Amino acid sequence: MAAPEGAPGTIPARVPPEQPGFWGWLNRRLPVEGFIQDQLTGYYAPKNFNIWYFFGSLALVVLVVQLLTGIFLTMFYKVGELTSFDSVEYIMREVDYGWLIRYLHSTGASAFFIVVYLHMFRAFLYGSYRKPRELLWLFGMAVYLALMAEAFMGYVLPWGNMSFWGAQVIVNLFGTIPGIGPGLVEWIRGDYGIADATLNRFFALHVVALPLALLLLVALHLVALRQTGSNNPDGIEIKDQPGPDGKPLDGIPFHPYYTVKDVFGIGVFFVLFAIVVFFVPTLGGLFLETPNFDPANAMSTPEHIAPVWYFTPFYAILRAVPDQRMGALLMLLAVVAFLFVPWLDHSPVKSIRYKGWMSRLALALFAVSFVALGYLGLQPAEGLYVVLARIFAAIYFGFFILMPVYTKLEICRPVPQRVTYHAH
Amino acid sequence: MRTDRQRHGAWLLAAVLAVTALGGSGARAEESGAGAAAAGAEEAAKLGADWQHWHVNSSVSDLASVQRGARNFASYCLPCHSLKYERWSRLGQDLAIPAPLLERELIPPGDKSTQYILTSMPATDAETWFGKTPPDLSLMSRARGRDYLYQFLKTFYVDPTRQTGANNLRLPTTAMPHVLSELEGLKVAVFRDETRNEGGQVMHSQVFDHFEQVAPGRLTGAEYDGFVRDLVNFLDYVGEPTQSARRALGVWVVLFLLFFTWLAWLMKREYWKDVH
Amino acid sequence: MADQAVAAGEAVDLTRRKFLTRATIAAGAVGAAFVAVPFIESWAPSERARAQGAPTELDLSKLEAGQMTTTVWRRSPIYVVRRTPDMVARIGGHDAELKDPASEQSDQPAYAKNPQRSRSAEFLVLVGTCTHLGCLPKQRFSAGELYPSWPGGFFCPCHGSRFDLAGRVFAGSPASINLRVPPYYYPQPTTLVVGLDEKGVA
Repeated sequence: MAAPEGAPGTIPARVPPEQPGFWGWLNRRLPVEGFIQDQLTGYYAPKNFNIWYFFGSLALVVLVVQLLTGIFLTMFYKVGELTSFDSVEYIMREVDYGWLIRYLHSTGASAFFIVVYLHMFRAFLYGSYRKPRELLWLFGMAVYLALMAEAFMGYVLPWGNMSFWGAQVIVNLFGTIPGIGPGLVEWIRGDYGIADATLNRFFALHVVALPLALLLLVALHLVALRQTGSNNPDGIEIKDQPGPDGKPLDGIPFHPYYTVKDVFGIGVFFVLFAIVVFFVPTLGGLFLETPNFDPANAMSTPEHIAPVWYFTPFYAILRAVPDQRMGALLMLLAVVAFLFVPWLDHSPVKSIRYKGWMSRLALALFAVSFVALGYLGLQPAEGLYVVLARIFAAIYFGFFILMPVYTKLEICRPVPQRVTYHAH
Repeated sequence: MRTDRQRHGAWLLAAVLAVTALGGSGARAEESGAGAAAAGAEEAAKLGADWQHWHVNSSVSDLASVQRGARNFASYCLPCHSLKYERWSRLGQDLAIPAPLLERELIPPGDKSTQYILTSMPATDAETWFGKTPPDLSLMSRARGRDYLYQFLKTFYVDPTRQTGANNLRLPTTAMPHVLSELEGLKVAVFRDETRNEGGQVMHSQVFDHFEQVAPGRLTGAEYDGFVRDLVNFLDYVGEPTQSARRALGVWVVLFLLFFTWLAWLMKREYWKDVH
Repeated sequence: MADQAVAAGEAVDLTRRKFLTRATIAAGAVGAAFVAVPFIESWAPSERARAQGAPTELDLSKLEAGQMTTTVWRRSPIYVVRRTPDMVARIGGHDAELKDPASEQSDQPAYAKNPQRSRSAEFLVLVGTCTHLGCLPKQRFSAGELYPSWPGGFFCPCHGSRFDLAGRVFAGSPASINLRVPPYYYPQPTTLVVGLDEKGVA
């Protein structure tokens, strides 16, 4: 009468009989032990991770910090063109430890981008976007785009003068889209200028919609990573060198080795984070911009409108082009270019360690241009600044456009079979 | 060949230095420096020539200075300017001013100590008299910086062409009269003619050269300078009343995190002995 | 990997490993507890709530004998009754019908732990919130108003709790303790301050 195990309608054979105790009860009903085995103690990651491999876990930590502090800020913040600015001062002065929650959130926003940019740079160093990790890269880019939207909207919420004018400038960019532009801008704003309607909808998107989207995208990003396994600084696939037990010879269980290493990394990060939060929270106007200590004033533009530092590289590209429409298009392309990198990189090797001098030079120039454009985006758009912005923008795009060429042309070094590792 | 540990240590040090330098340069721009020019006889001729480089040697942790600044504010600024985010009771608490003293000397009669510090001047009247409402000063220190406030209060000069009879170098055509003239005295601004060549055309412009004191105030130059510094310290405090608590807590937090990170480092190193 | 180390005879390492792991986890737990503090503290009444909850002043000179006025303190209604001598007399004589005639279980400052539940016989200061589930009791000061033996007091319309002219609860009421008395004092005979007494601000 009893059907064989595994037959339709029966309990799958994989599930073992219930073990005694609470742990047994739990595991019969939820795949906790299996999850730990599959994702932590049984997941083998390359043993040669270096400092560039801290930033993924740090990004997760910052996400948690932002969610926690963000939720608490929402308990005291009062959205509305007449109340937002005052409610932020209420948080800073009258809510017990409100100042700390606020600074954690504002510093966390900048920290998020520092960590994410370094995380992305690692991908360029070691070819982490190469096959079979193209989708991992795309999900990561989706996280980055969602993060930019989240940060932009979050910055509007204090309703300071830079909140207002930053929103004005960025929303107006959509007006450059041919045909639908002006209508689109009014639709985004919900009014004839940046107004209470805009503030309120940005609040809803920033607090609910985009955090949900971010969580989903981060989950997809992690699932895609688990599917392919991690890359490493030598750019070789450790699964190609299995040991007698079937595990990669150059792999080590994620837990305890990388859990322990990441805890240390998180400690270092928090030290730096705390130094900023407690001693230099505005970071000289970079993390909390000075014009935002004036309330939003539609009749008075700040002397220099600049977005927060993490957008300035793209802002510099926007302003480098004399034509508004072309500038907006190029700025968009500057972000979109990242999406194509897995298919632009034709190098026979993944990691910069084994690529030729052309790739090394190109990446170095790209990094310098990105930082230089970031600096230039903070300066007024005149004179030498504009000239330099154009030069660095050209180098920036050259990095992408020429990549299919220089990655094929150059002579690469021989790639080892086993990873290079020094005990530490 | 450097070990990984040395490499890590170097990166950590670089990161800490970078963060401190970035923040420090921001902080330093607001702090210390030479201070105002001493009012010596020979320097009086060039009084204020370097006004744009005046830095305020200010310290918000100097409680006595901030207390004097509160008194200065209540006497000279409160008639027109509000501090709408600060309560009297909070002021008393943070500046260790006993409640009876606060009530007697600072709080306007009829106001409760839990109220926000508001000016008695009606906004509409102010706009009629001055052309614009005197702004609230709660965040002025954060919005403009200490140097700006210091320079503003020290570069008023006599200007008969203006309705208030005064003008200002830091904020030209300011609507604010020279409220502190009884303390600082009166000074005129001496301009010099400068010509420059712009594309073949010769352009003349009046450039500020120096001040000349024409009437003494109740305070000496050094006393007035101290008065202004106290006021700037006070406005710095009002801009962010929790800043002292922030820094004090920060010391403990960073120390604890350093301790934790050291433990985490030891733990990591112990486990990684397994990895060859 | 760990078993290789043990097999090599480095049993001491395992103890060190356990110790360091536990020490780090302990430090982490301490850190997490510290991190929780600001978030938990942020929920405490803010400066604004504390300011709005500052002691309330009331001018008693306008209150006529036999009348009740209501003021607010810390978001609760405060009943202030100016009792006539007759009303004061009607406080006594029914202790057997009360759940807590001596206010042993009830909530009041020391100076209100007496039959009149007030500093002076003339004025009664109560928190006007029924001690059952929080409705506002209504005044029924006249003798016989509710039933023949009714001495006067308060009646709560929500579930029928009854209180006398000192705010003491009658047996048979859903409420179990007397109406609360807030801290208060008289800086002048005709001025009442609620929320402040010898102990300082409440």
